[in-house]
Amino acid sequence: METGGPKTEKSSRHGIPEYGTMGQTLYDKVFDAHVVRRLSSGQYQLFIGLHMIHEVTSPQAFEMLRDRDLKVPFPGRTVATVDHIVPTEDQSRPYKDDLAEQMMKAIEANTQQFGIRLYQPGSGKQGVVHIVAPEQGLTQPGMTVACGDSHTATHGAFGAIAFGIGTSQVRDVLATQTLSMGRLKVRRIEVNGKLGSGVYAKDVILHILRKLTAKGGVGYAYEFAGTTIEAMSMEERMTVCNMAIEGGARCGYINPDETTFAYLKGRPEAPSGAAWDKAVAWWKSVASDVDAQYADVVKYDAADIEPTVTWGISPDQSVGVNEPIPATSDFPEAERPNILEAYEYMDLSAGQSMSTVHVDVVFIGSCTNGRISDLREAARVAELHGGKVPTSVKAFVVPGSEIVKKEAEAEGLDKVFLAHGFEWREAGCSMCLAMNPDKLKGRQISASTSNRNFKGRQGSPSGRTLLVSPAMAAAAALEGKITDVRQILSKGGN
Amino acid sequence: MSEIKMITGTAVPVYGNDIDTDRIIPARFLRCVSFDGLGEHAFEDDRAGEKAKGKTHPFDDARFKGAKVLVANSNFGCGSSREHAPQAIYRWGVRAIVAVSYSEIFYGNTVAMGMPCVHVSPEDAQAIQALVESDPSVEVSVDIEGNCVKVAGKSFASTIPEGPRKQFLSGGWDATSELLADFQDIETVASRLPYVNQFA
Ligand code: SF4
Repeated sequence: METGGPKTEKSSRHGIPEYGTMGQTLYDKVFDAHVVRRLSSGQYQLFIGLHMIHEVTSPQAFEMLRDRDLKVPFPGRTVATVDHIVPTEDQSRPYKDDLAEQMMKAIEANTQQFGIRLYQPGSGKQGVVHIVAPEQGLTQPGMTVACGDSHTATHGAFGAIAFGIGTSQVRDVLATQTLSMGRLKVRRIEVNGKLGSGVYAKDVILHILRKLTAKGGVGYAYEFAGTTIEAMSMEERMTVCNMAIEGGARCGYINPDETTFAYLKGRPEAPSGAAWDKAVAWWKSVASDVDAQYADVVKYDAADIEPTVTWGISPDQSVGVNEPIPATSDFPEAERPNILEAYEYMDLSAGQSMSTVHVDVVFIGSCTNGRISDLREAARVAELHGGKVPTSVKAFVVPGSEIVKKEAEAEGLDKVFLAHGFEWREAGCSMCLAMNPDKLKGRQISASTSNRNFKGRQGSPSGRTLLVSPAMAAAAALEGKITDVRQILSKGGN
Repeated sequence: MSEIKMITGTAVPVYGNDIDTDRIIPARFLRCVSFDGLGEHAFEDDRAGEKAKGKTHPFDDARFKGAKVLVANSNFGCGSSREHAPQAIYRWGVRAIVAVSYSEIFYGNTVAMGMPCVHVSPEDAQAIQALVESDPSVEVSVDIEGNCVKVAGKSFASTIPEGPRKQFLSGGWDATSELLADFQDIETVASRLPYVNQFA
């Protein structure tokens, strides 16, 4: 949407704004570097450096290409994988679900026809789209990234401008490698200080969403910064950026630094040799200037963040694990009908503590928390706890990619999970959105490391979801109810 | 390319803020390779939920059958980027949406599809919903050119971001042809980007 606009636009060459010496944000620098021209609508035509596609939102786009006899001029800049519909138990073909098989066949035929790389199950590279691109080193600082998937924001962790798009826009990127986009405002969100034990990147982003609300970011790009964010690993940064979209922001990003470069070094698609030094120099130059101008700045203190659990049907409806569920009077008048709807749907009430809520299902995985560090932390909690998942609870762990799975198995994490009563699966999206056979039944309630607690999100129209960190999910599985993971971690003297 | 200046027809109110795309079209209907047939599943779980409570969802309510304008509240279409959501609404019969605000990805999808979504104030959204509720046969005109929504002789001010407004009025909402107009410029920008050239 057209908001803001370059503040110091001086002249225009190819419609590309040129800036004075005033500090710029990464967002503005990257945006400007990718502008092809101003369109008649006033929107900008933006070159897309990396385009990813998956089986759910691409088949109709390829159909549109064929209808209009359009080509794919930059096939090397699109990468495909399959994640949403792939079963995570039996992956033998043909899939039992005919429609899923049809979707697989479609992406196979489409990528072949247009000369696009496809990371298939069994290739060693398949997995959730937002996990595999960083793993391969495809996502790099200073890029524009697009994918027909709202959690594309994840790639912003590398200092890329990454947005989710719809299918008609997937068609546009395939046909032109560009998109029509408006310029966003930039909000800097600083988190400073050291996170307590048992508090993770997931809790940080749930806390931010709670403060800024699910729609507070509409019209904005979120720049995450501050000492807490700087101290995070790339995997933790991806967790934070992943959920920027749940706050209404079109994208979220973190300025690239030594942590970013160290993660990229040696990845198959990352630059190497002489190109590496040039790349690092350019990547450093795209970071926000120290005197960059922001539409606004908000600051949070890491010490205020607790292990967080959602209690409602929107990712901004959360509380610290020991905090009571808020009353309607804690919300502005206009929000109250939604709050009442959330209590009713979740069968929870104001004043209740989440730490008494039992769970039926625990899902550990997704593009938010399906990476190796997430699985390590969940396994560590299982070992410190020492018990087994009660038979009343179904708990399962779905690695985010084939690479994560292999790494976890090499470290013996699969054995830890199995020994403590968790199931161990193949890579995919699984119960994050339940398009494959993994679904909640009836009114079941799950503790989930995914990103959305919308009504019906996990496959049952009346199913309920509590969003938590992987450590909190493991604790919930072992105790059969939401539990403050710090009680378990303290046994490890930590 | 067709210009879209005004949409006129009866309307259907859908109440509530933050109606996400999982509610507009549940994920199980995404198992498809074409958008055809999505219309009948729009709001499927919400419809069933209302039925179970002995109530009727507006999309099931015979009074609103054939409606061309959907009137909603704020942050409509949040969540998943699935174009299946606006496609389902469109295939149910809707051609324009009037609401307080929309999620951005949803909005981008509707522009690319040629389904204008205009903004009105929270009070006006409720007022229009009430007018439609009390007389479902009333005609609602979404006037993109005049920046207003007309209902039963009343006119409500509406806004639409300048970019999409121009796109609808000029017929340029389907961006592909304009994006392809000067392919050379695309190649020029690509050649200037250091990563496209492997930092050589
Ligand atoms: S893991 Fe969930 S949020 Fe991520 S891409 Fe898959 S379905 Fe979407």
